[in-house]
Amino acid sequence: MEDQLKFPDLTDAERKALEELMPDDMSEIITSGLKRRHFLKLITFTGTSLLATHFLGIEQLMARTTAGAPLPPTGVENGVNVAFKVNGSTQKLLVDSRMTLLDALRERLTLTGSKKGCDHGQCGACTVLVDGRRVLSCLTLAATCEDKVVTTIEGLADGHTLHPMQAAFIKHDGFQCGYCTPGQICSAVALMSEAKNGEASYVTRNVRQTGKSVKLSDEEIRERMSGNICRCGAYPNIVDAIREVHGDKAVAQVWQFADGTI
Amino acid sequence: MRPFKFSNAGDPATAITLVSANPGAKFLGGGTNLVDLMKEDVMHPSELVDITRLKHADIEKTATGVSIGGTATNSFTANHELIRKNYPLLSMAILAGASAQIRNMATNGGNLNQRTRCTYFYDVNLPCNKREPGSGCGALKGVNRNHAIFGWSEKCVAVYPSDMAVALAALNAVVHVEGRNNAKRTIQFADYHRLPGDTPEKDNNLKQGELITSIDLPTNDFAERSYYLKIRERSSYAFALVSVAAALSLDGNQIKQVRIALGGVAHKPWRASVAEKWLMGKEATESNFRAAAEAELKNARPLEHNKFKVVMAKKAITRALQGAMQGGVYGLEG
Amino acid sequence: MSETGKPISRIDGHLKVTGKAMYSAEFNQPNMAYAFPVRATIAKGRITSLDDTAIKKEPGVISVVSYKNALKLKPLDMPAQAKAGAAFLGENLPPLQDNTVHYPGQFIAVVVAESYEQARAAAYKLKVHYAAEKAATDLKTELPNSKKPTKLMGEEAQVNGGKTATPLATSAHRVDNTYSTPVEHHHPMEPHATVAVWEGTDKLTLYDATQGVGLTGAIAAYFLGLPQENVRVIAPFVGGGFGSKGLWLHTLLVAMAAKAAGRPVKLALTRQMMQTNVGHRAATIQRVALGTDTAGTLKAIRHHTDTYNNLTEFFEPSGKQSLVLYKAPVREVTYNVAKLNRGTPTFMRAPGETPGTFALECAMDEMAYQLKMDPVAFRIANHTTQDPMKGHDFSSEFLVDCYRIGAEKFGWSARSMEPRQKRNGNYLVGYGMATATYPGGRSAASVKVSMTAKGDVTVMTASIDIGTGTYTVLAQTAADALGVPVNRIQVKIGDSSLPAAPLAGGSQTTASIHPAAMEACALLRKELATLAIADSSSKLHGRKPDEIGYADGKLVLIGDDKKTDSYADIMSRARRVEVEACATTLPVSGAGLTVPSALCTPREIPAEQNSDSKHYAFHSFGAQFAEVWVDEDLGTIRVERFTSVQDVGRIMNEKTARSQIIGGVIFGIGAALMEATEYDKRWGSPVVRTLADYHVPVNLDVPPIDVHFIGKADPHISPIGARGIGEIGITGVAAAIANAVFNATGKRVRDLPLTPDKLV
Repeated sequence: MEDQLKFPDLTDAERKALEELMPDDMSEIITSGLKRRHFLKLITFTGTSLLATHFLGIEQLMARTTAGAPLPPTGVENGVNVAFKVNGSTQKLLVDSRMTLLDALRERLTLTGSKKGCDHGQCGACTVLVDGRRVLSCLTLAATCEDKVVTTIEGLADGHTLHPMQAAFIKHDGFQCGYCTPGQICSAVALMSEAKNGEASYVTRNVRQTGKSVKLSDEEIRERMSGNICRCGAYPNIVDAIREVHGDKAVAQVWQFADGTI
Repeated sequence: MRPFKFSNAGDPATAITLVSANPGAKFLGGGTNLVDLMKEDVMHPSELVDITRLKHADIEKTATGVSIGGTATNSFTANHELIRKNYPLLSMAILAGASAQIRNMATNGGNLNQRTRCTYFYDVNLPCNKREPGSGCGALKGVNRNHAIFGWSEKCVAVYPSDMAVALAALNAVVHVEGRNNAKRTIQFADYHRLPGDTPEKDNNLKQGELITSIDLPTNDFAERSYYLKIRERSSYAFALVSVAAALSLDGNQIKQVRIALGGVAHKPWRASVAEKWLMGKEATESNFRAAAEAELKNARPLEHNKFKVVMAKKAITRALQGAMQGGVYGLEG
Repeated sequence: MSETGKPISRIDGHLKVTGKAMYSAEFNQPNMAYAFPVRATIAKGRITSLDDTAIKKEPGVISVVSYKNALKLKPLDMPAQAKAGAAFLGENLPPLQDNTVHYPGQFIAVVVAESYEQARAAAYKLKVHYAAEKAATDLKTELPNSKKPTKLMGEEAQVNGGKTATPLATSAHRVDNTYSTPVEHHHPMEPHATVAVWEGTDKLTLYDATQGVGLTGAIAAYFLGLPQENVRVIAPFVGGGFGSKGLWLHTLLVAMAAKAAGRPVKLALTRQMMQTNVGHRAATIQRVALGTDTAGTLKAIRHHTDTYNNLTEFFEPSGKQSLVLYKAPVREVTYNVAKLNRGTPTFMRAPGETPGTFALECAMDEMAYQLKMDPVAFRIANHTTQDPMKGHDFSSEFLVDCYRIGAEKFGWSARSMEPRQKRNGNYLVGYGMATATYPGGRSAASVKVSMTAKGDVTVMTASIDIGTGTYTVLAQTAADALGVPVNRIQVKIGDSSLPAAPLAGGSQTTASIHPAAMEACALLRKELATLAIADSSSKLHGRKPDEIGYADGKLVLIGDDKKTDSYADIMSRARRVEVEACATTLPVSGAGLTVPSALCTPREIPAEQNSDSKHYAFHSFGAQFAEVWVDEDLGTIRVERFTSVQDVGRIMNEKTARSQIIGGVIFGIGAALMEATEYDKRWGSPVVRTLADYHVPVNLDVPPIDVHFIGKADPHISPIGARGIGEIGITGVAAAIANAVFNATGKRVRDLPLTPDKLV
């Protein structure tokens, strides 16, 4: 059972191939799962054929990993040593003072779930939670993250159990290409706590009325999610997904054929 | 982005000393504009001093009003009970700006020091006197629909982008700054930002090494009647074409006090003092609001592509004052 | 029950919501270096000096590649490229081959360094001097120098020039107006990015954000002088494309940089580069004239377009829909095309129809108003069931149903003919509608299907999922064609080494690859049947192949469902761990952009079901309805609700199909209300440079969008019956909104986008 959990998608032949290619790493892989560095090593052994032909299988296997061991720094100037928590584990990095948190996640920690969409704070694809609040990792210098607690899209699920927001996005098709999705979901998760804290938005009817928790109208959800651009145009579905999580009530899927059949 | 030294100051004095000592140094707040400009190669500080951990992040009552910390975030400020209850205009203005993520990062001090979003300033291959004094103003005879209708000079027609600052201008805020050797001073909000004149490279009157420690909001009786109206090309997450911060207090239906500030029309938040003066003591009616707006906009000097801003600003002033009369309840934007 | 059509959730959804789906820039390689391109700062001229000595000494810099030292590429040669499947470039400009500058922002060098930060910092410092020449930077200024192209994507470009003059002059009612649309940019959320990995000197792998792995591979191989099989392009996930992810210079640039550096190299474009280097929809100035008799019957349609191009023959074909819609005896469609020193225009979501339906469908609204006819009734009165130019019947067409259902669902009857009749507080409320249309394309495709003895099925084709749902719907088709559950099916796409499929463009992926997938599954079942028939211990032993059907993972004797043999049993008795089959389908209309895979079995499909464009015209249709609220004082427009009814053939997955239509409508809302790139005439460079000033719709801009499908299979396009759905959603949207704005305000804005300055 243990083994099956660790290799849910590998055929016997694939597992055998892994063992042949990386005998030294096999015991570690068996105990703690495949890490990105194993994967990279695998690529160097095989070119990219294994990767490509078994793409989804490998990806699903990798889906069990939390964070890669940091890749060694290259070309660092004005190096700054920082230590911060990412998805529960402490990461210590020597970073170029110019490196953004986004690039540190993507290029050094192999947490590529956070996306670079514009690199200037104009799209929201890089949204992560820092100390529980949603921020743009593309405008956050990694050097400023000492002692901070960072949660990325990779840290939202509880093991194999998706965060309710992730599940709702799948149910309501809250994405198409998937590139803005990690940012949208991180943003939506933070929005739930902002609503609980009674925070206001520009479309709040009366900011003078303060309270502990606010129930978000669709217009409120739309305004508060406007910092996350989706070019495929999944916005109505994103609103449905958030409304479902926010309201604890199943939201019906809303399509139908013109003759009324579903 | 060019290489720079990063330091994390433990206390304000150290931060101020570091930045005062190096003309190439800058304070780093939320970084939402500075990091953006560094990536564009528009700004290239040789040193950044992180000030977000300094103890200037509180919002508290004072004898004369409320003080908001220079390093408090925009989100914290907009949602603070003291601000929402007493200065709803400021909450509305902050919430009209940027996105939730950016407001979580941006500091109050940093917000005031935002640079213009003029495309000629941002594109290092085009002329811009603000970025490179003496290179010329690309926008003056270029594409200038987003540019100034008040207070511009031949050297610069850029507009200042902050929403928060428009409300602060209307509220007669006072900026507290601290320089080297504990040199503290206060700057009236109207004197904080500058018109471009011959030195558009200077956005404001802050000196190198001076840190915004707090901003004072004087007590007022506008909480019942204030409104921040913002017109933009999409409904959210965009800079203003024109915005209006309006606040009124009445004696019966007679205007006792009125404050109007405009965003998106000048190199600084534009206090509509002509309109204010016109309205003092008058009845708070739509036709008076309209006449006051007319009077203010008589002095506008639009550029080739932004004549619409004159019409828009008139109507926006009227609408914002109406919004203030209706108790500052959102829903007038369209 | 059939899996096809069911609104199942995306099978790749889990990977996307957990951040595990990998996009091209995320395939980091051991020892990888980073590239950052340098862009030209003039619009036209020559580089007189490019001094890289200083930046070569910058920290971390590995190499600087420019025209001075770049790898020599194969020169442009259209016939040779066409033969190699390498003709379809975003711009015909092999990079860094000489010192000529054709537009501002053109890549003129690339810096490779140890880190991204170092590459970017060094690239900004490269010293370049130019001899600038007078550049063409403005469409109106250049129109006197424009040309009348004869061909438009293989068809006649100028149709019936001058022939509508008389019928228009003698028409009882006439409208004749000029409509203009601005430059629009695609801006998929994932910036273009490539990781290039050389193995030795002649094998190359590109992880590339592309809409066509085969296309990119063929072009890269051609220009780099490599055998096609030595270039492999991989793109398992692509973060949107909308037409911008064909092959542009950076893909070749990074291959050249990786060769120069002797290391794997990554290059990701910045958002600013996406404003200049990966195409855009060109601006158009369109003059549309309509003439009718007193009863409102169209007598003539004239549609003239002024536009421009640069480094390809492509130009925005905004007259397309005016050759398809409505029953008018004479129609004239013409183009003038200037040349500008501006990044090269290219295909962008519904090229042609997006700006073209804005002009035509606003003109239809203007005519309906002049006639005092209801706009829906006016369109129904002039409806055509045949392609008006070719005279063929449409393969399947329910446009009148779209109008009728749309009007009913939307509540169209509450609209008043006269504008300014409905108010809500500060808003004027208006209703508008327009017709949507887009051609139903199909290309050749090959699909391989394999099945293991455990019953796991893999479907393989070099197609791509740019967000369209390719993974999911392929699994549904294979599930039905094999009688196995969707969750036993793995889909492998996005790899040029797989059997050939068309690029994800022109709304043709589903129409093209599903017939091949179905045929491959049939071949696979045939193989299993052959094994069973030959096996004496099978209940199907000795039967004829056509007596054997299938269900629930088993072959079944038709008419006796007790006589079955499961796939697993057949394979295990035959000691087979895997069976596979590969099929190629070729529409009568031709292979399109696909070079069919040689190793797959060509399958015969009766011409009647195989896209025979000599007998049928293949088009999708729809009706778009908008309610807008206009604040006249502030100039702001809010789309309050939207109804879209679409006739796009069979729906493969109701959930992903609806998403594509709402996505199209939102793209249309962007085009209607906010999207535009402006240029400074003096320097030719865009003054709209980033997503801060190129406004695309945000969540608050988007109302509930009510989508309905006719859902009737097209019997003639393929045995599957699905036409494309990715582009039609945007068509007609800007017109529906502009028409609604007229209904609200009485103001006719004929110049997109409808920004507040045009309404105050």
